[in-house]
Amino acid sequence: MTNVLVCIKRVPDSSGEVLLTDDQQGVDGRYVGFTVSNHESCAVELAVQTAEATGGTVTLLTVGPSEATEQLRDTLALGCHAAVLVEAEPARLGPADVAREIAHVVREKEAAGTTYDLILLGNDAADSGDFQVGIRLAHALGRPVVNGVSTVEVADGHLTARGDGPEGEETYSLPLPAVATLLEGGVEPRYPTLKGRMAAKKVQIETRALSAEPAGASRVRLLLPPPAPSTVEVLGEGPEAAGAVADLFAKLGVTR
Amino acid sequence: MILVLIETENGAASEISLETLAFARSLAAEGGGIAIRAVVVGAVENRDALAAELGTHGAAEVRHAVGEAFTSYSGAAWAAALQAIRESTGSVVVTAAGSPRGNEVLAHLAARLDVPMAANATAFHGLAPFVVTRQVVGGAALEEMKLDQRPAIFSVAGHSWSVSPVEGASPAAWVEVTPEVAESDLVARVVSTGTKEVDHSDSLKSAKVVVGAGRGAGGADGFGAVTELAELLGGAVGVSRVVTSLGWRPHHEQVGQTGSRISPDLYIPCGISGAIQHWAGCASSKTILAINTDPEAPMMTKANYAVVGDMHEVLPAVIEELKSRGVS
Ligand SMILES: Cc1cc2nc3c(=O)[nH]c(=O)nc-3n(C[C@H](O)[C@H](O)[C@H](O)COP(=O)(O)OP(=O)(O)OC[C@H]3O[C@@H](n4cnc5c(N)ncnc54)[C@H](O)[C@@H]3O)c2cc1C
Repeated sequence: MTNVLVCIKRVPDSSGEVLLTDDQQGVDGRYVGFTVSNHESCAVELAVQTAEATGGTVTLLTVGPSEATEQLRDTLALGCHAAVLVEAEPARLGPADVAREIAHVVREKEAAGTTYDLILLGNDAADSGDFQVGIRLAHALGRPVVNGVSTVEVADGHLTARGDGPEGEETYSLPLPAVATLLEGGVEPRYPTLKGRMAAKKVQIETRALSAEPAGASRVRLLLPPPAPSTVEVLGEGPEAAGAVADLFAKLGVTR
Repeated sequence: MILVLIETENGAASEISLETLAFARSLAAEGGGIAIRAVVVGAVENRDALAAELGTHGAAEVRHAVGEAFTSYSGAAWAAALQAIRESTGSVVVTAAGSPRGNEVLAHLAARLDVPMAANATAFHGLAPFVVTRQVVGGAALEEMKLDQRPAIFSVAGHSWSVSPVEGASPAAWVEVTPEVAESDLVARVVSTGTKEVDHSDSLKSAKVVVGAGRGAGGADGFGAVTELAELLGGAVGVSRVVTSLGWRPHHEQVGQTGSRISPDLYIPCGISGAIQHWAGCASSKTILAINTDPEAPMMTKANYAVVGDMHEVLPAVIEELKSRGVS
């Protein structure tokens, strides 16, 4: 039985235009909505698969605003069992703060008799892109960590994780308890079922306050990159442009 | 002293490690000529060639960490080596490429030393306070971040600095070191490495022509003309993340920051908006021909050539035109 803790983050959906808040301290998600990073959706899928295969449980955890209950409920519907919200204003926290808060919850839960053999996170959050919460968490808990892996499997108290390395696919094998940070691409996240949605509604989300005053993200401000100058040559409109396109292919020597 | 972790590929420093050295040199100059030391971990194929290369790119010395601990990769073990070298050299800045390895090792080091780390820096502003600009939101926004603790730890985003060799530089001095690594730092180490053949994206990465498709394809069955054109041109299909997220095409076809980086002679993105994360994967294409209904889409303004129109009308017309010219 493997109990998995998955850490997710409420992030602005940045697939469209990115806007900044007036104080330049955050990405403004008001007009685009909020979501969970793709890496984390894959972590959730792997957590659910691991728990299903071993008769274990999946607990979700997020450190974020009270509105993050929306992402917790959506994710609970995918087959997770419990959810914890550590309530905080995200702009006040840096990656070290987030890692410390997660570690604090893990330690308290363990003192109360709930252990998490495997903790999964996204390799990096889609908004802050810090690449370090998982590693700092593992360090705080004194557990081994593998990063940027695409799949995880648990058997006989061991975690086998695979991911792309510079020379080919790399395999890690380490004893549990362990931490792993996931990249997307190894699994397809599932969609919620109606039954899942109904079950998610009934879960009581455990809400906690920060355990310590955050040290912050050392952020001065956010900026948008300047737009690149355009040098485009328009070949035409619609199907009529086909001739010009074929001429271009011939000029570039790509047609054999 | 600035410490730069170097990653190697086929015995030579990786391109992004050389870019990181260029960033470090600029920082060293700003600080009045601070010395740069490179750190290399594990097996090295040709030490003299690497010493010469790193010297040419500004490193005065190389610290080469050797020992059983480094025969297979472990992020924690690499960080232990970097930590030992930084302590013995008194370095105030530690940097590495903003690659998966670079970010991972630096994050381990930052956690061990309990100092902040900035991932994917693109520039710096002055030294006191030391502020770096770094990419956030996958490069769609930038953050100015203060690094006022020592050592200042940051990785350097790929393509943000140009590689710039120093004329007539002498090879870096080579110093072998055997840092101690705790057993606990070796628990999460690579136990086996597969061959590159398993990487389905190889043909995409090496293709001379890539026909790309995004949300504009409209669905899993909207790729007929895309694949047909790719076949006609002897190329590969590359897609945007929306396409893989929706399950229309497999992930190994994804181009971008979290997909493959391609550099074909010709890239033809159809129905792809050109979000910065997609652009990150196709910016080094020699020529880009964008096909999009929206003339204002970022891809249309960044491309070399553009056709304004519905990809489902334009592509079949192009295919027909090619066939009528005898391309098959
Ligand atoms: C951390 C992070 C990492 C990411 N990594 C990647 C990555 O690796 N790769 C990637 O691609 N994205 C990545 N993204 C997502 C990226 O931000 C965009 O969401 C994505 O690239 C958009 O895909 P798209 O252009 O297909 O879709 P959209 O942005 O929806 O654009 C569709 C385009 O198609 C045009 N169009 C619609 N219908 C037609 C038609 N019939 N004919 C012609 N044109 C039409 C529209 O005008 C529009 O320009 C990442 C995002 C984040 C936050």
